[in-house]
Amino acid sequence: MDFGFRLSPSSAVDLDKVNLALYDRLAELDPGIRTCIGCGSCSATCTSSAYSGMSVRKVLLALQRGRMQDVEKMLSNCMLCGKCTMVCPRGINTRRLILNACRLYDNVEEEV
Amino acid sequence: MIYQGKQKIWSDYQKEIPDNHWFYVRSCIRQNFWPASEKYFLVICRDMLGRDIFESEHHTTCGGIAYHCDTIPQETAMTIVARQFALMTEAGYENLVTSCITSFGNYAEIIETWREFPELEARIREDLWKACRREFKVPKYLAHASDLIYKYRGEIAERAKFHLVDKQTGEPLKIVEHIGCHYSKMFPHKGVGGAEYPCVLSGMVDAWGGEVIDYPERRHCCGYGFRQYHVKANRGYSMSNTYKKFESMEPYHPDAIVTNCPGCPFFLDRWQYVIAEQEGKTYGPDGHGIPALTYEELAGLVLGVDPWDLGLQVHQVGPELLLDKMGVPYDPAHKYDGLDEKALKKPGLPNVLKCC
Ligand code: SF4
Ligand code: SF4
Repeated sequence: MDFGFRLSPSSAVDLDKVNLALYDRLAELDPGIRTCIGCGSCSATCTSSAYSGMSVRKVLLALQRGRMQDVEKMLSNCMLCGKCTMVCPRGINTRRLILNACRLYDNVEEEV
Repeated sequence: MIYQGKQKIWSDYQKEIPDNHWFYVRSCIRQNFWPASEKYFLVICRDMLGRDIFESEHHTTCGGIAYHCDTIPQETAMTIVARQFALMTEAGYENLVTSCITSFGNYAEIIETWREFPELEARIREDLWKACRREFKVPKYLAHASDLIYKYRGEIAERAKFHLVDKQTGEPLKIVEHIGCHYSKMFPHKGVGGAEYPCVLSGMVDAWGGEVIDYPERRHCCGYGFRQYHVKANRGYSMSNTYKKFESMEPYHPDAIVTNCPGCPFFLDRWQYVIAEQEGKTYGPDGHGIPALTYEELAGLVLGVDPWDLGLQVHQVGPELLLDKMGVPYDPAHKYDGLDEKALKKPGLPNVLKCC
């Protein structure tokens, strides 16, 4: 029946259903990534961020939510300069995280 | 933490509710959607429990819906409310009880605004005097009708003819409670239990033998949201909020929902029909819905009032499964009988949602 309105699509993330394989594997390689507090220092210092939308904070969040498409787009804009690693208050090696993610990405994407 | 410390912290979440002598103001929504609920608030408090609840035929809407829909400025709502206060003052009362959460929030917001900006109160006093030559005192206590039922929950339990218990199994019924955003999210100290632990409805459910369900979206909005519903283009968003709540409560298999605000039972009831028609999804057993009741309807059932006198036939979701579980007798042949057995028009049945 047409009521003239419908349910709006939900933006909720069901953590029981999303694919966390990439995040789990990255955390295995470097457990430090689990200590991210989402402060955004990495994104604030990133030269690429201002014009490309790259943000390590968002990459980590997208990985935790299984949003692979967002990760791929952001990773392709990183210059691997390492500035983000220098400012992270939790001492996370963000540059290594990005490199590991790029290495693993293709394999995991096939499983998605 | 030591016990006394806990008691002290919890006492901050309590609200002083005088036991007697209230001036009652009705809800414009409830008079249309659930008229029997307002009637039974008076029957329970006045006739069954012997309290003094005064009502003036001269009172009007509080203007809350129009204010929250941005169609009138707050000063207009303030003058309407000032007139209600004047009626209360003229009748010799100091405690005001409202039948609607929107009104309750509106009254609370106005009283708080006047406390912060006394010059505004002075202006409204002047406007009211010019408009209708009335003067008023600000109520000493402001309560919502559910606060009183909560206060009297023990007395109701003593008189209970039925309990929120499955007659067959002896297990407590699983009840979802929905507080209504304007009850304690705006002014936490005005609600029993504050914004964090509002227990006005869960206290009733506990006292009458039921089990309250704590589900993830328990404190989420019912979906009304004023402009979300009143503007048709936003209506899908209104329904999506209700849908989110139902998806979240579904795994707990609730037997009923008890609600605080006039809008909440309406949306939690009627959207079940729309969701069923659009998505083919129902949330009760075997294609039925989950009955969404007002607290007076629940209290009335516990006290043994006839379900059709309580107006349960005007709900979209049929109450029969709940009545059967509680062991409340009802006559299906009289479901659509109105006052003095005048036949109400029998509604058509939905395509998907089973209603009886
Ligand atoms: S390594 Fe990449 S993400 Fe980090 S600051 Fe440099 S460009 Fe930005
Ligand atoms: S700087 Fe470090 S802790 Fe802060 S968001 Fe970036 S990775 Fe996380």
